[in-house]
Amino acid sequence: MPNILMPALSPTMEEGKLAKWLVKVGDTVKSGDVLAEIETDKATMEVESVDEGVVKALLIAEGTDNVKVNTPIALILGEGETAEAAPAPAAAPAAEAAPSMIEAEAPAPAPTVAAAPAAPKFEAQGDPDLPAGVEMVEMTVRQALNEAMAEELRRDKDVFIIGEEVAEYQGAYKITQNLLQEFGPERIIDTPITEHGFAGLAVGAAFAGLRPIVEFMTWNFAMQAIDQIINSAAKQLYMSGGQVKAPIVFRGPNGVASRVGAQHSQDYSAWYSHVPGLTVIAPYSAADAKGLLKAAIRSPNPVVFLENEILYGSTGLVPKVDDFVLPIGKARIARSGKDVTIVSFSMGMRYATQATEKLVAAGLDVELIDLRTLRPLDIDTVIASVKKTGRLVTVEEGWPQGGIGADISARVMEQAFDYLDAPILRVTGKDVPMPYAANLEKLALPNVDEVIAAVNAVTYRS
Amino acid sequence: MARKAVATKAKAQSNVPEFSREQETEAYREMLLIRRFEEKAGQMYGMGLIGGFCHLYIGQEAVVTGVTMASKKGVDAQITGYRDHGHMLVMGLDPKGVMAELTGREAGLSRGKGGSMHMFSNEHRFYGGNGIVGAQVSLGTGLAFAAKYRGDGSVSLAYFGDGAANQGQVYESFNMAKLWSLPVVFIIENNKYAMGTSIERAAATTDLSTRGASFNIPGEQVDGMDVRLVHDAAERAIEHARSGKGPYILEMLTYRYRGHSMSDPAKYRTKDEVTKYRQERDPIEQVKVRLLEAGYETEESLKKIEADIRAIVTEAADFATTAPEPDAAELWTDITVSA
Repeated sequence: MPNILMPALSPTMEEGKLAKWLVKVGDTVKSGDVLAEIETDKATMEVESVDEGVVKALLIAEGTDNVKVNTPIALILGEGETAEAAPAPAAAPAAEAAPSMIEAEAPAPAPTVAAAPAAPKFEAQGDPDLPAGVEMVEMTVRQALNEAMAEELRRDKDVFIIGEEVAEYQGAYKITQNLLQEFGPERIIDTPITEHGFAGLAVGAAFAGLRPIVEFMTWNFAMQAIDQIINSAAKQLYMSGGQVKAPIVFRGPNGVASRVGAQHSQDYSAWYSHVPGLTVIAPYSAADAKGLLKAAIRSPNPVVFLENEILYGSTGLVPKVDDFVLPIGKARIARSGKDVTIVSFSMGMRYATQATEKLVAAGLDVELIDLRTLRPLDIDTVIASVKKTGRLVTVEEGWPQGGIGADISARVMEQAFDYLDAPILRVTGKDVPMPYAANLEKLALPNVDEVIAAVNAVTYRS
Repeated sequence: MARKAVATKAKAQSNVPEFSREQETEAYREMLLIRRFEEKAGQMYGMGLIGGFCHLYIGQEAVVTGVTMASKKGVDAQITGYRDHGHMLVMGLDPKGVMAELTGREAGLSRGKGGSMHMFSNEHRFYGGNGIVGAQVSLGTGLAFAAKYRGDGSVSLAYFGDGAANQGQVYESFNMAKLWSLPVVFIIENNKYAMGTSIERAAATTDLSTRGASFNIPGEQVDGMDVRLVHDAAERAIEHARSGKGPYILEMLTYRYRGHSMSDPAKYRTKDEVTKYRQERDPIEQVKVRLLEAGYETEESLKKIEADIRAIVTEAADFATTAPEPDAAELWTDITVSA
């Protein structure tokens, strides 16, 4: 039976005082009996016996200060055991023999923390080739999202939709229109107003192998549920050593709507893109909305799918093919150019696109990149573009500090510093809560003129 | 007592149901395994082999043992908070894998990346091991949702403490569970203290079995120190849930002997209180006395069981001490599933 060692009684304890012995030599002890009291920097704690046997020796006198963790303090022998294997039990206070490591004369060793291995590189595939002469259908982003879900609901019976007003009301923003009629109340499920609860419930269902689509009426309300999205869904695979998956889509309108004030007007792109384990998608066009939502629903990972209320009614051309699925993690070059790069996503693309049209008309060859996915971020496409143009402007509705543009700026600086011919500029929402007054709201948002001004600045045309 | 009248509190059973010889022995072995495992974990924590937080289940063994004995192993799902070692051992997860996870080794159940509070088993249908107080209640309700969606006949057993019982999402989950008649049993392990705060100082109403009253969820208080009573109540609750009648609440009155975590000196309660529980209510001693009185076991045969259990725990501890740490490359694995 081993010696009883001076225990560490907190994550940070290195030494303590052996305050009092509650047993003496010759006592018989069993599991759970209190052997001694130990004073730590925070409290007095009891040390219980794990072993059963007879106390043969107390190796540290009570009242001894600064006893290092793992110093033998007593010897307990079980039935039939002998003391042969035990060290000579001289009652020498260990503290004296343990000089502080800080005062040691020896030269300080080099840091021994091993360097972290390099992160693996995410390789996204390109968009699928469309058949020649494929019919392109004009539809709204709303219709594209609705079609994506309907197709995936038909394809996989484990897919279901859960959220507020998704069924009988046909969706607060009509994204789930007619789905109740086709798929029934078992798969299109109206919830009480209970974001924290139904998000957690859906994550639990995903652990059990279902594929929930959680609709948040807006992402503003998902802050009630953010613990379940991050602590339960995003981290589960890692914490379980790869065992438990969470195939789930959290979706709904994100960002600024119109005149709804601070609590209903916020862009969560940077928030969720910060979190390893999550996939974050923020489409702009109708085709991307459809192809990426289908990919999100099929993904084995938790996906945060950020839509935009203002874009729901905008139209675009969507290829009419049986199964239109786009790759997650691949940016789209919306316009190829050589003079300057503009990077944006979601609603920011509207400002960026309009600015690009004007700039091109003014003779500037703009390259416009729509990120589409924010995590994993297709930084390679951005870097390749900057190496070509030497100039970069980012556009987003979110706040500047810790934003998507801030992150891209840092990465471009790290990976393509020598290619830059001008500082990177960010066009963002202003660093204020969203005001209600029409004029102030307009001022708080980025706009086309700000994008043009930024491009002019980085191309030294202003 | 208007509140009681509203509550659909199930009638408590007055007669203590008897266990068969096999049940008594099984309960004894399972509870003793938890006790000895946790004592060893506490010792290894003291030696610096286990880091961070380590919440021991000592004293509460009858709860998870009685409930699990009443459940269908491998069919019914279980989920709990951070005091989870006992649940895993009773559900049949490998003690070596549990202990190796506690020491942060590659051979741990989560390959060393989860730790004490984050272990899982799809095979055994154990869903953790959850570090955020109350989160497991919504997640466990989701496991029940999946059971009903698929019609697979399984029941979800969602454990939480008296502390978690004051979290908002618990009531959001109660509401949905009853609204949709989900097959879930909510098992409140009331050990009287939420970390250092006694239930009297934290709860406006301390009879937690009535917390489902406004949702019309039946509940009962159970002596959680007597494994027979736990088992009996759990059978009733699980049958209720499995038969399609919806959720059921069991408040298990139990007690933890050790502090909240390893670094808690537990100064918020008296030594007498702890001693009284240990000497008069200990769940393992109760079974031991019955085993001897009924002549099912002898002092000698019990010693044999004790030696068997100690061998399992020693093997687990040795394994967890010598097994290698995860390879550095594991830092970057299991973040997302590669599609």
